[in-house]
Amino acid sequence: MDAVWTILTVTAVIWGAAAGRMGAVSAAALEGAAAGVQLCLSLAGAVCLWSGVMELLRRCGLAEKLAGLLRPVLGRLLPRAAANPDTLAALSGNMSANLLGLGNAATPLGMEAACAMAAGCGGRASDELVRLVVLNTASIQLLPTTAASLRAALGSTAPLDILPCVWVSSALSVTAGLLAARLLEGVWR
Amino acid sequence: MSDYVVPVVLAGAALYALARRSDVYAALTDGAAEGLKTVWRIFPSLVALLTAVYMFRASGALDSLTAWCAPALGWLGVPPETAGIMLVRPVSGSAALAVAGEVMAAHGPDSAIGRTAAVMLGCSETTFYTVAVYFGAAKIRRTRHTIPAALIADLTGFLAAAWTVRLFFP
Repeated sequence: MDAVWTILTVTAVIWGAAAGRMGAVSAAALEGAAAGVQLCLSLAGAVCLWSGVMELLRRCGLAEKLAGLLRPVLGRLLPRAAANPDTLAALSGNMSANLLGLGNAATPLGMEAACAMAAGCGGRASDELVRLVVLNTASIQLLPTTAASLRAALGSTAPLDILPCVWVSSALSVTAGLLAARLLEGVWR
Repeated sequence: MSDYVVPVVLAGAALYALARRSDVYAALTDGAAEGLKTVWRIFPSLVALLTAVYMFRASGALDSLTAWCAPALGWLGVPPETAGIMLVRPVSGSAALAVAGEVMAAHGPDSAIGRTAAVMLGCSETTFYTVAVYFGAAKIRRTRHTIPAALIADLTGFLAAAWTVRLFFP
């Protein structure tokens, strides 16, 4: 993050000075700060609403249902980890929370599964552990609530009309990641 | 059709929860409090990052970056205006949100560019953060092919975002 911020601002100063646009850069700094506040305020409503709905779905057992549906898939994808019932429970909980877009619930469960899968491997990621992390770095959210909230905040007429695009893109992205992991696991020992 | 998604999900979730004797309203407000925490957490970084993004754009550097990337991205069918999102998405979630918000505000959230930006956000995660969290917890030092595979997944998602937007919104 230090690098991102520094590169952006230093480039802006050098570029702006070279192009003789320092007046605009100087005004933009304060405009940007104000835009950050505005964006956050207009995002807050939608983010809170969706977090509420997803929490409701989790409490009435939808997360467990999803986890049940995911078990056979996980058994095929991560057979060694899924052989242990505790790890399988953490894995399916992690995946179902990811599907509902509940990052705060997904991460601790995923970490629990990762720790169990890494036990006794001496700091080297196993093929299955790499697959689990790739699954978590690719998004598999059913409702992309943050992207939709951002569109709504900026005045979109139908913020969720991107749903089919997001589903297809996510599916392709996860597939490509898992395929790449499969192909590379023989190369990177 | 998409007009129905939000109202039906809201009412459907309430009915389903009530039928299973869940505490509908308490769950909604507890979840909303959790959402407010998320917003509160990204607030400072959004302010800082949008400052940097606005400066970067005003200096003309963003236009030059877009122009450099344009031939390659155009060949892949990706709007060059989204280059910045692809660069920061794997590194920082709030930076990607800031850059995508800026792109959407400039081109309109319902334009092809704005939609592509939103789909790019929706189909990817903050790769480096996730890898750091999981491998940090599991005490893994040799990450092997994790980063390359995860970045291939991100890139595929970005390309697919541009292609699906063109496919579904001709």
